[in-house]
Amino acid sequence: MPSTPVLLDNAQKIPLNPPLSKGEAEGRGIAYKIFPALLAGMLGLALLYTAGFSDIAPLHNTAHDGRHSASFPCH
Amino acid sequence: MFNLTTFRELLTAALWTGLLAGLLLTAVQQIQVIPTLLQAEMYEEQAAANANADNSHEQHEWQPKNGWERTFFTAVANIALGVGFALLLGAIMCLRGRPDSWRIGLLWGLAGYITFFVAPSLGLPPEVPGTTAAELTDRQSWWLITVVDTGFGLSLLAFAKTKTYQFFGVVLLAAPHLISAPQPEVHSSAAPAELAQSFITATVFANAVFWLALGGLMGQFYQKKL
Repeated sequence: MPSTPVLLDNAQKIPLNPPLSKGEAEGRGIAYKIFPALLAGMLGLALLYTAGFSDIAPLHNTAHDGRHSASFPCH
Repeated sequence: MFNLTTFRELLTAALWTGLLAGLLLTAVQQIQVIPTLLQAEMYEEQAAANANADNSHEQHEWQPKNGWERTFFTAVANIALGVGFALLLGAIMCLRGRPDSWRIGLLWGLAGYITFFVAPSLGLPPEVPGTTAAELTDRQSWWLITVVDTGFGLSLLAFAKTKTYQFFGVVLLAAPHLISAPQPEVHSSAAPAELAQSFITATVFANAVFWLALGGLMGQFYQKKL
């Protein structure tokens, strides 16, 4: 019997990082996914509202051609 | 609780993506979108002069002068829209899993194009200035409902595990078009119909380039780390 496969098999069984508990995994999901995504989404919506929908005249006039081009309802 | 590095990576990717896609859009717009728009504006001004009425609120307010100034501000607006859309794409990628490559990003871009341009344009086609339209707030509401609805519909169609949910996705995609978009009582336009048609063709192309660039660049810059 060649010994290499046995050695590899044993190596795979040694965990490099201890597994996370359920609570830890959830906490990571919130910190790494939910919160960054929420913050990015809110920032994105605020920008889109300002450039695409705000009816403040200087903003409307600045973005006028961009709004028509993007097919946003404009005046 | 909040991982700043993850957010910073998303933000950086979105800023670069929005900047590049916005600049690209500005360049593409110069081919047909802007020339058609300026032509339509001449018809609009002519019609206003004939009617001898100043019905535009814009004329009293600051607006960029035609030429470089106007192009510059349009570029600023395009970049702002680009960063805004890129942040939304990034938020969804962060939740669903970061893309393996720019090719996956292209698919996200295609979804954005359908959601934010194709679906609302089916009911409210891109219009040149000087076209009569229904009440602005009504159109904005229909636009928003259609975008949210199409976004949900597409994600159900793509990610739902059962046929029932996928069917529900199709229903969501169709719904805003069954309740038709708000229309004006009388359709009229200062510009000739060919110009309006040319504007639609031009924006269909320009927005396709914009969205594929947004998706592809975001896929590249916000790639999964090995």
